[in-house]
Formats: sequence, structure tokens, C-alpha cells
Amino acid sequence: MAHNVNFDLSHPRVEAGLESPADEEGVHDSFSQLIAEESQKEGPSDAIELQYQQRNPEDKDRDNVAYLSPSENRRWRIGSDKTGEEDKGRQTDSLLKDSWSSATLKILSSMPSRTIGRSRGAIISQYYNRTAELRRRTQRRASIKDFSRSARPSIRGYGVEVDTTDSAEKKQERLIQNLQNLSAVDRVRLLKEMPLNLSEKKSLRRLTLQMTKQTRSSSNLRCCSYLKFHIILALRHSWYNCLSFLHSLHLWQMPLKRVSGRFGSGVLSYFLFLKTLLFFNMFLFLVLGSFLVVPQAVYPPEQLENRKSFTGLELFTGGGYFANTLLYYGYYSNHTLHSCSKNNISSPPKPECDSKSLSYNMPLAYFFTIGLSFFVTCIILVYSMSKSFGQSFRIDKSNGMLAMKVFCSWDFKVIKRSSVRLLSENIRTQLKELLGEAHHRHIRSTISDKLVRLVMHGLGWILCIGATAGCVAVIYYFSDYMHKEQLKSSQNDSGDPELLKEASLLALPVLVSFINLMLPILFQFTAWMEKYNSPSLRTFVSLSRNLILKVSVLGVLCFHWLKRVAGSADNNKAFKCWESFVGQELYRFLIIDFIFTLLATLFGELLWRSFSDKVLKRNRRPGFDIAKNVLDLIYGQTLAWLGLLFAPLLPAVQILKLLLLFYIKMSSVMMNCQAPSRAYRVSQMTTIFITLLCFPSFLGASVCVTYTMWRLPSSESCGPFRGNKTMIQAGKQRIVELVKENPNLYFLAEAHTYLVENPLVLFVGATIFLIVIYFQSQVVDGQRKIIALLQEQIENEGEDKKFLITRLQSVHERKRTPARNLTSQDSGC
Amino acid sequence: MGTTASQLPKESLSEYQELTFLTKQEILLAHRRFTELLEGDERNHPNPRVPMDAILTLTELKSNPFKKRICQVFSTSENRDGSLTFEDFLDLLSAFSDSATLEIKSHYAFRIFDFDDDGTLDYGDLEKLVNCLTGETADTRLSSEEMRQLISNILDESDIDKDGTVNLSEFQHVISRSPDFVSSFKIVL
Repeated sequence: MAHNVNFDLSHPRVEAGLESPADEEGVHDSFSQLIAEESQKEGPSDAIELQYQQRNPEDKDRDNVAYLSPSENRRWRIGSDKTGEEDKGRQTDSLLKDSWSSATLKILSSMPSRTIGRSRGAIISQYYNRTAELRRRTQRRASIKDFSRSARPSIRGYGVEVDTTDSAEKKQERLIQNLQNLSAVDRVRLLKEMPLNLSEKKSLRRLTLQMTKQTRSSSNLRCCSYLKFHIILALRHSWYNCLSFLHSLHLWQMPLKRVSGRFGSGVLSYFLFLKTLLFFNMFLFLVLGSFLVVPQAVYPPEQLENRKSFTGLELFTGGGYFANTLLYYGYYSNHTLHSCSKNNISSPPKPECDSKSLSYNMPLAYFFTIGLSFFVTCIILVYSMSKSFGQSFRIDKSNGMLAMKVFCSWDFKVIKRSSVRLLSENIRTQLKELLGEAHHRHIRSTISDKLVRLVMHGLGWILCIGATAGCVAVIYYFSDYMHKEQLKSSQNDSGDPELLKEASLLALPVLVSFINLMLPILFQFTAWMEKYNSPSLRTFVSLSRNLILKVSVLGVLCFHWLKRVAGSADNNKAFKCWESFVGQELYRFLIIDFIFTLLATLFGELLWRSFSDKVLKRNRRPGFDIAKNVLDLIYGQTLAWLGLLFAPLLPAVQILKLLLLFYIKMSSVMMNCQAPSRAYRVSQMTTIFITLLCFPSFLGASVCVTYTMWRLPSSESCGPFRGNKTMIQAGKQRIVELVKENPNLYFLAEAHTYLVENPLVLFVGATIFLIVIYFQSQVVDGQRKIIALLQEQIENEGEDKKFLITRLQSVHERKRTPARNLTSQDSGC
Repeated sequence: MGTTASQLPKESLSEYQELTFLTKQEILLAHRRFTELLEGDERNHPNPRVPMDAILTLTELKSNPFKKRICQVFSTSENRDGSLTFEDFLDLLSAFSDSATLEIKSHYAFRIFDFDDDGTLDYGDLEKLVNCLTGETADTRLSSEEMRQLISNILDESDIDKDGTVNLSEFQHVISRSPDFVSSFKIVL
């Protein structure tokens, strides 16, 4: 025998299974060695004999597992107390037999599939494979002789001697060689991803850099590549500094950590969603601010009417003092701004201004800025939606939830003791539920039960949809009534004081917010009445009911603004500048929505908590309804997007609102609520929320804005597009003028005509998308099939393994009987 | 933290940044918290080692049912007593950080759940795992019948090669199906 296979069980390191390079020789050799022994039918396996001798010289009869050391005995107990008085050598379908010989047990515990999780040598060889793969990616397929050790010995052909002589040091050398040949980025990434401890990684890195330095110093660098090398290093250094600076600007890190420590990932996802919306609005504010607000602020148009005085009501209604300011569409001028004619804008620019001054075409800028911000927001939303969807979508439809629940449901972020206890309770309940489901799946409910449940659900839905329809009708008629009142009052110029007229504008927003507050309570009550089988179904139903409510409310409001208000523009003084009026309406809606949320948080959560503490004397505090709060955020954001065209400074208002909302909700949650008592699948719900933000919310807003730009006549007396039929036509006209002035831009106009307005382009684009989607779905199908095949193969390999182990065991048993007489000999291994 | 011996040298800092998933601020914060755990005279030691009891007083680990296993997995001491040096501590934070890959997290999660360190999750390991999850007191645990059913269901679902235990690859296969794992396997100082 070439090798001294060390099966010394009393060696402390081997028993404890520690990572040590010295062990690896024996470990990976074990299988091929023993196969070689048995197939060549040599004498009794010395190694097994040796270890048997050392075990217990007196007891030769039984391979009693009870004689194993206590640690191993504990390891191999399967949960029953029988420890080896069973029949020996009985082949069953699992590898959990108690009566394996200690040699077999040792082999089993040293199998590569079990050492890969804990031994350093196995990790190094696995990463050697990876680096080799990375290098060989562009080369042709290597033959099987070149493959280094893999975790499963059955893949290697018997007789391949390449790996068996590798010691750990040699493997490490080859790993370092491979690491050197990778690019620096790959090397850093691979070193980070290795699950070794830090001191070993440091030594690997040191060795790699040493050798790299050696190879580099041997070649003479020319001066330009030397310079390039240093420039790249400096750039990378500054990039790392920039990243860590950005990371240190982490907004709200401490409050978020406190929330997650107490409430877990579910409530945290609400605050993260709020942060995402804040960043969206900051981006919009920057874009619109720098392209629209700042130029207009520097060159203000002349004032036609006198500015009204500031009363406190403007903060709520947005009218009055704020009416003719940068906040609204009507303020922006409809001609090119020139830097020299600052004071006298309405007259045509003087000839000497043209050549030297900077000009800024405001209508064109307005048009393109709004278009650009919508486009970029769309791209970001679709990208984040697809990324989030890709994370939560799984290809293989295995039905097992139990293993996933047990392995993945502990939330390590939770710190507070009571929350940890709640989490444990949660998990226990879920496990029991899942066990019960699995157990009782065959029990069917009776027909009458099903019918009763169906009737209850039907009633519940009818009630909710009816309530929604009723409220929508109320909004419709009330808005009609308010509109007519305004028309009448502006025509009559009645003696009502200005303040009252302004305040009456608040009536519609208050009504809408009130409906948004009350109806979800009705929905909750209905859901409590109907009994749902699964909590996830209940969440979905309540989410869809709330969504239907908000979509219909927003729909009727858009109808009111775009049809009625815009339609009455020409015949009434009050609606002469209807875009500004719509902008004011949206401002009002945002502010009143915020106030109602504030009041609901105060009264809803604070009062309910004191009520529940003092009167009901219960220990449980109200839970934080994540879905409802996120829908409220989405509603607010939809209003902000709708208002982008009509009030360019609306993102600033939304930013302030979100900042205040964060702190209010944070303090309310910390003071009044407790951790959720039911399970909350964070990433699934986050995907749903991003999808809701993209589809009904953003899509609806962009459809409204597109409709406004395309079809609605812009007002005659205010705004950047005054005097034209529609905004699109104004834009086109301006572009034509621009092209006339600079003939170089002729190609733009041509491109516009041939690409944008040509229906053929649309057809071709749509066809390409459909083909790509079909192709990807076929790929997914193929992958599913491959997964099923691979699982079958792994099962077969498992069967092979069992077969081999039981054969080994039986051979050992056979050999042991004549070997009883050899115990006194020294096997000499 | 005022003495120079307890401050990190600059090249170590950049080395740690390159080899772990932590940012510079996180490494400095970790250094600060680590030195707070040391006794006064140990701070001048070149490579101090904090005993397990001190590590377990950190608020982030105090109530975690897996705290002892976490210390044992990341410890590099010879007598396996769960004590950590500063580099072990950084390893711990790196594996539990925001930017660590799914593979690193699942690797260390496997080692944490492998209570007897034999490289696979067998019945005993799974039983201990479920007991840690459901709570420490006797009335919060599952009954033995439920436990047996639960573990046999888990093995049915996740043991692909049917050897009665869950090895690392099978564990990683189960983990890859759960999108929540990466966000819940996090500890932030």
C-alpha cells in the first residue's frame, strides 16, 4: 500500500473534526483506497484492523456503537435510544443504521460532501476549481483528466491519479497561481467570497501579491504603462473613498436600526419604501429645479396682477399669495429668456443682445424636462421592479415550505428580548399551522360549509364594492356642485369674503381624505366578519379592496379636473388659467392628505393604545398595518406625479411631507405599536408594492399627463404654452423654429418624422419584444426540466453511496471473523 | 480609545476593506466596540482575544438564541472556547453584513446550525435548531410527536440524496429558494 491511511480515532483533532491540512490526505483518499483494497481482494484491511485494535482489544465480537467515544455516540444517535443491539449489517434504505462499524462511520464522517462545509482544504480546492473555471472560460472544454478534485468522488474516474497525491500546500500553491492570473477585480471579489477566516485570507493575499510583484519586477515596464498603472490605482482608490463617503451619508441609519431591532423586517420595509420615495422626489426636485425653476427665478416675468397679501390660509389652499409664483404652471413664460433683457422682457429683444447673450427657450425646456423626468422615473421603476421580481420568483415549483421556514425564518436583526420572544411565538405558530396543513390535507369540508363561506365572501365583496361605488358617486356629484358654485360666484362677484371663498376650496380634499380614512375601517370590519382560511389570502383581499378604492377615487378626480375644469376654461374668468388651478388642487390634496394621516396616527394609534391599556387592560398593543400605510404612501406619490406638469415645485412639497411623515410614524410606532403577530413575507410584499407603484400609480399619472399634453387645449393667458392649441403642438412648433434657426439640427427633425411618427417602428419594436419574451419562457421551461433530471441523478448517486457503504460493511464483517486471530499481531501500518 | 495602541494602522484598515464586505466606517465602529469589551491591560496586547462571555454581552447578540454557536463558529482559538480576536469579530460582521453574498451567508448559516460540527445537519442538529427557534422554555417547545413529524417532513423536502442528513449543497439549495434569507441574516452594529 502506498499510503498510510490514518484512521486513528483517538487522535483528538480527527475526532473533533477540526480543519487541519494534515487530515485531508486521509480524508479524500478514503474511498478510492478502500475500493482498491476490496476489489483487489488483498488481505484484511490493515487500517481497519489497526483502528479496531485500538478501539478495544478485548471485545472482538460486536461492533458495538456504544463503545464509541461519547461525542461520536451523540453524533450518531438518531433520536431513538437503541444503540446497537439491533441486527448488524441489515441493509435498509437509509444510512442511519446504528450498527455500522466504527470504520464505516469514520469514513462516512469524512466524506467530501460532509467535509466541504467545515474543512479548510476542501474550501481551498473548491475555490481552486472556481478560479480555474474563470480562467478557462474562453478556452475550449478541458478533458476530464484536468479537472481537479470535486466534492463527489464518483465523478472522478477510477484510476485517475492526478489528485490523490495533492497535499494541501500544493493545492494552495495552485490556487495562488490561479489567483495571480486573474484580473485584480476578480481576485478581490474571489478573496472576499471565500468562507475562510481572515488570517488565512490575509496570508493568501500576501502570497499572491508577493508572487505578482516578483513576476512584475522581472519585466521592465515602459514608462507609459507604468504611468497608466498608477493612474488606474489612483482612480480605484478614489472610487473606494467615494463609495465609503456615500455610505457614511446613510440617511436615518440609527432610527431604522432601532425599528428593525424591535419590529423585524416587515415594519422596516415600510420605512425603506418611504426612503425610496424620498429619493425619487429628490431626483425630480433636482431636475425640475435646475432646468425650470432656477432660470425662471433669475428672470422673473412681469406681474400682470397685484400680488395678494400673505395670510396663513395659503399654506393649506395654495392659492392667494402662492397663486402667481414659481409654484405653478402659470408663472412660467412662453418665450425665450435672454440674459441681457432682464427688465424689459415683453418687448422684442434688442438686436445687440442676440449674438452675445445666453438664451434659454422656456417652453421647449418645460416640455423636455417634464418628458425627461417621467422617462427616467419610468426606467428606474421598471428596473427595480424587475430586479425585485427576479429575486422572489423561483423556477422550480417544489411544494415544500417547511424546510424553508425552519432554515430561513429567523430574523437576526431583532434585538429586543420581547420581540425575540414574539418572533419565536410567530415561528412556532407558523410551524404548527404548516404541520397541521400537511396532516389534514385530506380532510374536506362539507358542501354546506363551503356554500356558507362562499355566501359570506360574496356578501363581503358586494358590501365593499357597493361602498366604494357609493363614495365615488358622492365625490362626483360634490365636485360637480363645487365647480358650479365656483363658476357662479366668479360670475356674480358676490359679497362673500375672499377667505371664505378660498376656504371653500378645501371642501373637496377634506371629503376625499375622509373617505380614504373611513372606508378601510369598513373593509377591516368586513374582513373580520368573513373568516379566511389563510392569512395570506386575507392580506391579498384587503390589499385589493383598498387598491380598488384608491384607483376609483383618483379616476373620478382626474375626470373632474381634465374634463370639467379644463373644459370650462374658455368661458370663465376663474378658470382662465386652468392648469394653475389644477396645480393648486393637487397641492391642497397633498397637504390635506398629510394632515389627515397625522390626525389618524395621533388618534388612531395613541388613543387606541391608551384606551386598550387603561380601559380594556390588555397587554397587547395595536399592530402596525403595513399594507394600508404603504398604499397611503403610493396614493400620495401618485398625486405628486400627477401634479408634476401643473406645479413644478410639487416634489419639494412632497419631500417635506415625507420627511415629517418619517419622524411622526417612527415615534408613533415606537411608542404605540408592537411587533406584528402574524407572518409577513417581506420580499414578496415589497415586490407587490413596487409593482403597484409602477403600474396603477405611475402609469396612471403618465397617462393623464400624456392626455393633457396631447389633447387638451392650453390656456390662452398663462403658462409656457399659451396661445397654442395643445402642448404637443406648441412643442413641435418650437422645434420647427429651432431647426430653422440652426440648420445643423435638421437631422433631428428628420429623425423625429421617420422614427417617432412612423407606425412601422412601433410594430417592429413590439414584435421584437414578443419574440424575446417567448424565448425567455422557453429557457425557463428547459431549466425546470434540467432541475428535475439533476434531482433524479442526485438520488441515484445517493443510492450508489448507500450500496457501497453497505458492501464495505459486509466485507468488513466477513473479514473480521478470520481476523480475530490476528489481534495479537502488529499490523505494522 | 485614546491610546495609540488601540487604533488601527492604516494599511490594516485598507487590507480589511479589501478582504471583507465591510466599509471603512463599519470597520472603525467594530474596532471601537471591540476595544470596549477588552479589560484595561489587555488593550495593549498585540492581538487581544475576548472571551465568549464578553462577546455575548453585546446588545446585538444578547437575545439571539444562536449566540453561542455564532461565537463558536467564528472563533479561531485552539481550545474551542468561543473567544474571538478582532479579526474573528470582523469575520463575523462581514458574514452578517449588508453586502455579503448569499453564498457566504448560507455557508456560515450552515455551520451555525450544525450543532455537532460534523459537516451535515442530522436529526439531532435539526431538533436543536427547531428548539432554538421556538423558544427556550419547556412550554414553548413542540411536542416530540410534532418534532418527529416536522423533522421527517424537512428531510423529505430537502434531503435530495436520501442519506438522512442535509449536507451543505442541499442546504444551499433550500436557501436559494427563499428570497428573505439575505435580508434576515443580518447583524448591524
